[in-house]
Amino acid sequence: MWKWIQAFASPQNFYQISEKIIPWFLSPFIILTLLGLYWGLMVAPIDYQQGESYRIMFIHVPAAWMSMLVYLIMAIASGIGLIWQIKLANVVAKVSAPIGAAFTFLALITGAVWGKPMWGAWWVWDARLTSELILLFLYLAYMALNNAFDNPKTAAKASSVLAIIGLVNLPIIHYSVQWWNTLHQGVSLGINKVAIQDSDMLFALLLMATAFKFLYATLILLRARDEILFREQNTRWVKAVIMGDEK
Amino acid sequence: MNIYTQTLKRDLRIAIRNRTSILNPLSFFVISVSLFPLAISPEASILSQIAAGIIWVISMLAVLLSLNVLFHHDFENGVLEQMVISHHSLPLLILAKVSAHWILTGIPIIILSPLLGLFLFLDSEGIQILILTLLLSTPSLSLIGAIGASLIVGIKNSGMLLSLLILPLYIPILIFASSAVSQAQFGLEISAQLYFLATILVVSLMTTPFISSLALKISLE
Repeated sequence: MWKWIQAFASPQNFYQISEKIIPWFLSPFIILTLLGLYWGLMVAPIDYQQGESYRIMFIHVPAAWMSMLVYLIMAIASGIGLIWQIKLANVVAKVSAPIGAAFTFLALITGAVWGKPMWGAWWVWDARLTSELILLFLYLAYMALNNAFDNPKTAAKASSVLAIIGLVNLPIIHYSVQWWNTLHQGVSLGINKVAIQDSDMLFALLLMATAFKFLYATLILLRARDEILFREQNTRWVKAVIMGDEK
Repeated sequence: MNIYTQTLKRDLRIAIRNRTSILNPLSFFVISVSLFPLAISPEASILSQIAAGIIWVISMLAVLLSLNVLFHHDFENGVLEQMVISHHSLPLLILAKVSAHWILTGIPIIILSPLLGLFLFLDSEGIQILILTLLLSTPSLSLIGAIGASLIVGIKNSGMLLSLLILPLYIPILIFASSAVSQAQFGLEISAQLYFLATILVVSLMTTPFISSLALKISLE
């Protein structure tokens, strides 16, 4: 098992294998998204309180879930990269950051669009919204630190430390924000207060959530391939790949 | 323990011989706080409500401003590298430098805060709690900030980067400290907030010197 991981984790093997795997992630993403959107927009019934506008949930909730999952993966990959010095883990952590930030941004934007008809305001200083915003800041900090170094090795190590500190801090920030919010106003406008009881809604949501996971896997493979080519630009196999493409 | 006091004394002596480095964050603190009445309103009722938040945010920024140079001079003249390769414990040396930083910025901020509290019409109860929260939490600000400062050692023009790294991590302290002051103004119970701030202090005292030393070793590679 360990040997297999090490073999797969070598940049060259990863580059060759990932080319074959990408379609296996891309096609489920397309199929599930089409199915999920159809189910969410056509099959699922109208919400008796929120009318049609609740349907943005099928983008918003999966994006919010992904924003947290990607940070977790980024921090774990950082830890692996820091401890076992696996190059591929550093690459995964680095390319995850912009993807995670994009999911976080998508969750915030769709939340604002959803909030306007529901609450009458684009933005509310609700605990969930605030922690999501801080999560975006953490992603931005990680990306800024990673870009600040010239040497990719130092950049990977320094930003790994930051990612792990951020992971430890996230629950503290989340609970303190929640606590702060309950101090100021008792009512929470969180999403989970809307209990999803209709099975069609739940099915559509799960389809979309799974689709987003495949999307993440596809994006991470695509970006990791580019990053690996860039990092290994002085090796022979990369030259062979580039020359081979030109033929 | 000897190396701790030696490093602390050295840092304090360097700072005393270069007084502007101490005075700049403090003048920043006073000037920025006094901008708020001009921008928002000179009304006592409004200012007393937001006083705790203003003073807390600005003291964080003042600490941040002074953290930029925490390792900078030692890095430029090579002392930092000697510290890393010396046989002394690096976390202990960092703790000494952070202590010096707190003595030079944290304590003056605490001393100045009642004056600024008066400026912003904070009542005496509020001022007492403000001093207490600053006393409990400015060391945490220096300790957590040291991690950021050690990550960016050697990067040029890193001022903005440091604030991006550190400010999100300061948020829990900000929430609990400013809510403690505003709750105290209404005569409410605030021991929960104070315990939480004390917990943050203890945990960061135990962990941050080690994380900083790891970060410092990475950035000096």
